[in-house]
Amino acid sequence: MNFGVVVFPGSNCDRDAAYVTQDLLGQPTRLIWHQETDISEIDVIILPGGFSYGDYLRCGAIAQFSPIMKAVQDHAQQGKFVLGICNGFQILTEVGLLPGALICNRDLHFICDRALVRVEHNHLSWTQNYSEKAVITLPIAHGEGRYFADPDTLTQLEHNGQILFRYCNAQGEMTSNPNGSLKHIAGITNERGNVLGMMPHPERASDDVLGKTDGLALFQGVLKAAVMV
Amino acid sequence: MSQQTYKAQIYVTLRPSVLDPEGTAVASGLQQQGYTEVQEVRIGKYIEVTLTTATEESARKQVNQMCDQLLANPVIENYSFELEQLATTVGG
Repeated sequence: MNFGVVVFPGSNCDRDAAYVTQDLLGQPTRLIWHQETDISEIDVIILPGGFSYGDYLRCGAIAQFSPIMKAVQDHAQQGKFVLGICNGFQILTEVGLLPGALICNRDLHFICDRALVRVEHNHLSWTQNYSEKAVITLPIAHGEGRYFADPDTLTQLEHNGQILFRYCNAQGEMTSNPNGSLKHIAGITNERGNVLGMMPHPERASDDVLGKTDGLALFQGVLKAAVMV
Repeated sequence: MSQQTYKAQIYVTLRPSVLDPEGTAVASGLQQQGYTEVQEVRIGKYIEVTLTTATEESARKQVNQMCDQLLANPVIENYSFELEQLATTVGG
């Protein structure tokens, strides 16, 4: 399975993501400069975390017009996998592949912490290796991670099962919400389920040496999906 | 044909339904300064764009498009702008 990790000016989690797919999963992985336009050989494209274009104007606002993004949209259109992590999630909402927006955290602080996140369901490749309602720990590191969407969109997300991850406490209850996201949303998919955006960093929780490996199952899930096809 | 240079003064504001924690913090700061009559503070962005076009209509159209495409995010923001004519250049 071919993985591609887009590198925007200001991306800083690109190598972490590539380490997971290349070194831990053993899959061919290409770092793709944002000026490139051909990703036809890629099965899973990852938009990594970081501060593309310095987060100028709004996070992800300028990156959405990078040449690579047209190819990413075509890739998504074909039903292939797109994973946006943190800044990558922000870019996916800006470009319209995912609904809503990520705005300034409720308490204004940049949060760098470990967050408890509940896996809402495991009907998609992304989460098939988790048990339903599993509570996992993933790092978060963002200043603008508060998910916002209008009430109709939120209802649609709920109705379609597009909310894949929510912030919760250790018991999986909706009491903890580090950034004030509406509906405790930490990660959503598009309606088709092939595009996932999430603020927590699964790639920073995939190698034992970093203490937690709760994120690895997400990458393994996508890999399993490819094997089955 | 003469060309006109305009300065667009663009105001990008958070939609009323979007919580503005920065504005809330500033409001509380003002109240602590003794401005107890302050009801609410909302913080937005001010952007100046200078452009040269054939007509004012064209300038207005382009600035609208810029706002829709990049300068504002319609999910969370509204925008408005004023156009100020700076100079007229007579060209070939």
